Amino acid sequence: MNEEALTAGAPRRKAAVARPAGGPGFGRWWRHLDKSAWVWLLAIIVLVLLVVNPLLRLLIVSFQQPDGTFTLANYAAAYSRSRYVDALGNSLVLGVSAASLCLVFGVPLAWALSRTDMPGKGLVWVSILGTFVIPPYLGAVGWILLAGPNAGWLNRLAVELTGMDSGPFNIYSMPGLVFVIACYSFPYVFVFTKSALDLVSSEMEDAANILGSGNLRTTLSITLPLALPAILAAFILVFLEAIALFGSPALLALPGRFQVVTTQLWQFFEFPPKVGVAAAYAMPLLCITIFLFWLQRRLIHRKGYASLTGKGGERRPIPLGRWKWPLLGYCLFVCMLSFFMPMVVICQAALAKAWGRGFTLDNLTLNNLYFTLFENTLTRNATLNTFMYAGAAALFAVTLALCVAYIVNRELVSRKVGNILSFLTMAPFVIPGIVLAIGFYAAYTRPPLLLYGTAWILILAYTTRFLPIAYANSNAAIRSINPELEDAVRILGGTRFTAIRRVVAPLLKRSLAGAFILVFIPATRELSSAIFLYSINTQVLSVLLFDKSDEGNFEMLAAIGLILVFITVVFILIGFRLMGRDFMLRRAAA
Amino acid sequence: MSKLVLRNISRVFGEFTAVKDFNLTLQEGELVSLLGPSGCGKTTTLRMIAGFMTPTEGTIELDGQVISSPGSSLPPEKRQMSMIFQSYAIWPNMTVAENVGFGLKVRKVKEEESRRRVNEILEVVQLGALRDRYPAELSGGQQQRVALARSIVVKPAVLLLDEPLSNLDANLREEMRFEIRRLHDEFRITTVYVTHDQAEAMVTSDRIAVMNKGRVEQVDVPYALYGRPQTRFVAGFIGRTNFVEGKLNGETVHFDGFSVSKQALNVEGAGLPADVLVSIRPQSIHLLRQKSGDSDRCCAQGSVQHRSYLGEYWDYHIALPGAAQPLRVTARPQEVFQLNEAVWIEIDTAQLTVIR
Repeated sequence: MNEEALTAGAPRRKAAVARPAGGPGFGRWWRHLDKSAWVWLLAIIVLVLLVVNPLLRLLIVSFQQPDGTFTLANYAAAYSRSRYVDALGNSLVLGVSAASLCLVFGVPLAWALSRTDMPGKGLVWVSILGTFVIPPYLGAVGWILLAGPNAGWLNRLAVELTGMDSGPFNIYSMPGLVFVIACYSFPYVFVFTKSALDLVSSEMEDAANILGSGNLRTTLSITLPLALPAILAAFILVFLEAIALFGSPALLALPGRFQVVTTQLWQFFEFPPKVGVAAAYAMPLLCITIFLFWLQRRLIHRKGYASLTGKGGERRPIPLGRWKWPLLGYCLFVCMLSFFMPMVVICQAALAKAWGRGFTLDNLTLNNLYFTLFENTLTRNATLNTFMYAGAAALFAVTLALCVAYIVNRELVSRKVGNILSFLTMAPFVIPGIVLAIGFYAAYTRPPLLLYGTAWILILAYTTRFLPIAYANSNAAIRSINPELEDAVRILGGTRFTAIRRVVAPLLKRSLAGAFILVFIPATRELSSAIFLYSINTQVLSVLLFDKSDEGNFEMLAAIGLILVFITVVFILIGFRLMGRDFMLRRAAA
Repeated sequence: MSKLVLRNISRVFGEFTAVKDFNLTLQEGELVSLLGPSGCGKTTTLRMIAGFMTPTEGTIELDGQVISSPGSSLPPEKRQMSMIFQSYAIWPNMTVAENVGFGLKVRKVKEEESRRRVNEILEVVQLGALRDRYPAELSGGQQQRVALARSIVVKPAVLLLDEPLSNLDANLREEMRFEIRRLHDEFRITTVYVTHDQAEAMVTSDRIAVMNKGRVEQVDVPYALYGRPQTRFVAGFIGRTNFVEGKLNGETVHFDGFSVSKQALNVEGAGLPADVLVSIRPQSIHLLRQKSGDSDRCCAQGSVQHRSYLGEYWDYHIALPGAAQPLRVTARPQEVFQLNEAVWIEIDTAQLTVIR
């Protein structure tokens, strides 16, 4: 009251005039401002640091001398020696051969499970899921035990049976490498092909049958061509996977005395690291990958295969008659090669005092596992690190992806900015892990952001690498929520954060937990980026497994591998509970 | 209870103008409907009032305070309003009582008072027994009542309803119209009600703003809107009608097949133009077997061209000599005329409306 009396007069009247207009100026601006804007700004900055900066640094470093001046010497160094160029050629051969072999493995299995009345489908299905569970480099270890020259089980068996001097198999060779990679990549072909075949209606086949075409002819001339775009898309995906893999080539090609791009890149990093040369050498890999992913998208979105998009009519399995046994035989043969045989020898090695002594009871021990998990500080720490880094990365990736998905779907930024944001979030999908790692190395080994040597560089690299998985899932989750549910919170007086905390988060619990698992699983086994970014104190299991392969201590390798498989299986089972039985195989296709 | 003023509101999306020069003043405690076909800008207008969207021109004022203007708008959570959505937007992760109590919790109302008010409002909407159920266990009508209770319990400055009944089946829709009006009579909250259903608007509203292509055509009480439509769109959109064109000749207006004296058209203010457009409601025409003696009522002879029986009434199409379009006439069920039968029509001139 007193104050009012004191200030009565001109100033007060002025205020009274300004009032009805809502008091323009800072006060009104502040009241009208949506404070959540800061969080969206933060998300954008993080995205730039995780995705844009490493790629930019990769490009810049490839044109820089160590002192920072412009140069083309890195490119000259990377492409002047014939063995460097040979490695590029080897990668191409590897990619094409492995992808072709994947078709031989994957397409018949997809057709058998999708279209026929073959018995034993459940068993085949579980083995393919099992193949997904085995990290590719662990499969390579399994096949070293099976087909290593001289000591491999298959070679010993062959010598025993035929009396030859030495076994016929040598896994340390290009055919061996192609075979091993195909064994662990064919599930992609399987998933793509099967989901395409699942959409072909039986009426299409009936139409051919009624015109006088037999089952075989119908399948070859109607059904498979309808699935062709999907098969081609899978071929491209597997090709890219094969040329970007680091673990299997490092385990098989290096002892076999040949190089592919990824192993060559790794050698550029041997002390002293030639980052500029590595960056220059990584460019073709990056360009091929981006181009082929673009091509793959065009294939999938191609019009004219309307039957693949519609719900289709009723679907009946094709009766195979007596042909069902040979088909089942082939399916089980593929599963033997990719899943059962490697798993058996790995389990044997993990539980053996010495794996070469064979499958006897007195050779059995739990010491390897016990030693790895509890006694050896190195492996114990690596196990802990693996869990922590993967967990942190999954948490960050899902949080960031959710933020971006929310910003884009609720149009909190203009549509143009939204498109850029979702493009950046999906971009790591087309960046090979090894290239991303070199980018991170180039960006964060010097001030102001010195992360190399800390856990953060691994966690952030994982976060970036698997951000697209988290984004695809978060996006689908956000889209399933009617925005009016949030509008209702806001009009009743809650802020956007209240809406997210009280309504969006509780509703998305399950699907976000699923997204977390889908990032966590690959992050626990990630090798190709970790190998460039780890340091003595930040070892993880995958790196350790690779390091130990030099020592030939296969019992310990197998034990580490089994632990990884066990972690994966546990989390997949949790995922099943949360999201239903085929969440992994379905998501992999998305 | 608050006074809401929309001043020259426009909203443009790129090239498309969703709302153009919208002016409307709601008195305290008034219920005004925004009525129009889909895509006429009524939901856009509502979302601007709620603060989910900023107008590109004009201002919105609540009790004298500007809450929306181009470039700056008070966030929805600070407007003290509440809203009922087309999808109801009942939060599936909360019980009925939690849904209804949410707004009170956000407003930091004391636990005890909050519980009392929730219970009270649940009794009002007859949901007391279902307070601990989850939304998935409720029928559409019950969910609708939860949405109503949730919006009313916070005693909002303005209540906004966005096509709240469009997801209900026909019987329930009719029941809920009366329910909404009853709640409005009880609480007298300033309300904006968006609908495309004219019956819904007429039952619930104090006034109706008819919208077309982003513009307001007419704002009026329901009775005047039907009886005295000011534009061709309003006459055609509210109820069915016949449009007939005539020519003014001295003191008489000549239509195809009949004529009416200038006085009978009852035009206020400025006189009639040379070309006159008139709306004749189907029930303001009577069918007779003989010519009536009443000279005040316009008369003409025609024949039944087409007829449909709809139970509650007959729908006749009467062809007049010299007229291109037949007149539609609504008649009581017992007024039976055969096809091609000659009939006299008698028009209640007091119900004719001149459209400008």
